[in-house]
Parts: sequence; C-alpha cells; structure tokens
Amino acid sequence: MAIEVRIPTILRTYTGGAKVVEGSGSTLGELIKNLDAAHAGIGDRLVDGGALRRFVNVYLNDEDVRFLGGLDTPVSNGDTVTVLPAVAGGAR
Amino acid sequence: MLTISRELADKIIAHARKDHPDEACGVIAGPAGSDLPERFIPMENAARSPTFYEFDSMEHLRVWREMDDRDEEPVVIYHSHTMTEAYPSRTDISYANEPGAHYVLVSTREEEAAEFRSYRILDGEVTEEPVAIVE
Repeated sequence: MAIEVRIPTILRTYTGGAKVVEGSGSTLGELIKNLDAAHAGIGDRLVDGGALRRFVNVYLNDEDVRFLGGLDTPVSNGDTVTVLPAVAGGAR
Repeated sequence: MLTISRELADKIIAHARKDHPDEACGVIAGPAGSDLPERFIPMENAARSPTFYEFDSMEHLRVWREMDDRDEEPVVIYHSHTMTEAYPSRTDISYANEPGAHYVLVSTREEEAAEFRSYRILDGEVTEEPVAIVE
C-alpha cells in the first residue's frame, strides 16, 4: 500500500534530502508512525501529545486534515499527503 | 543581502499600510536557486490580528503548489508589525520554517515612514542583512 508523502524543505534532513517519500497505513496517524520508522525523528515534528502539531499543515490530496479527522483521517493507496509547516508569526 | 526592486519593496509597504492595523503578510516568489524576488504574492492573514499573522492553510497549499509547478521558491516571506519595531519576535523566529527565505519585516507603527528590514532566520538564529533596493 503506497501513499505518496510530500516533504517540505525543512523536514528533508530526515529523509536524506528526498522531497517525496512513500509510506503506508490506514490512517494518517499510522502513516506518520510508518514514516517515523523509516525516517527517525520526523514523527516528533508532526505530532505532539497524540495530536497533530498546531503549526504544521497536513493535507490529504486537496484537503486540510484538520477538517477531515486529524490523525484519525483514513488514508489509502494512491493518496497524496502533503506537509507544510505553517507560515506564521507576530509582534511577540 | 537582499536585492529587491523598488517596485516590489513599495508593493510590500503598500500592502502593510492597507492592512494596518492588522499585520499583513505575503511572499515574493523567484526562480528556484536564483535568490531573486520577482513575483509578488500578497497573502491573507487568516488570524486578522494586529499582533499575529498566519497564512490561510488552503491558500498556503495553493501558492506552494503553484510555485512548485513554476519551478519557483519563496525568496521573500514578508509580514508587518503594526505597533513594534521591524525586528523578528520570538514567535517569528519559532515559525520561520523556510531556511532559504529572506524574512522581510515592515513596521507601520509610524504614519510617515515605514521601516523595511530583512533577516535570515536559521535554526532559531536571526541575522539581519543589508537590503539593496534596485531602481
């Protein structure tokens, strides 16, 4: 079962520079664990305390997973998951 | 060093003034590897706040995909401070996740003159850089 995962520049240190990697799982949470097994440390950049980190955007195909099921979002063969760290900041 | 045209610098400042008192934010894309800002992309501040900004997540995806299709990178990521100086705050530093970008900060705290400064932010370290405005 292959799910394409698109990795942002700042996380490519975990994937040996690869922009796209493959993973498997039936939910986003499982997929992330699977990715972390192959690319140690990447899981912690995406998940904190059992939930997706607030300032990391994860998309399943064209949708933000926040509006689907977060880590419980079902994923399947042929899907593309895209990770983009949020662009944010402020006065303080 | 950030090299940017007068036209693009003015567009950033105008955007900041227009959105004041909320923080304005956006990107200037350029050809991958060129370090040349060319295409002005003002973004919506989904936070709509005078002290915080965040790209709308769907617009972020759309713009990043478009840059990828066009073989571009975000050369400049800009935002404004409306009451404080044009220097990266702790949150600016925490969320600076594009290592290749020039982080441009504009302050609209004074009505007459906007401050325009640029920084590299790498691994939590801020380095101010000179700005060369090309007429």
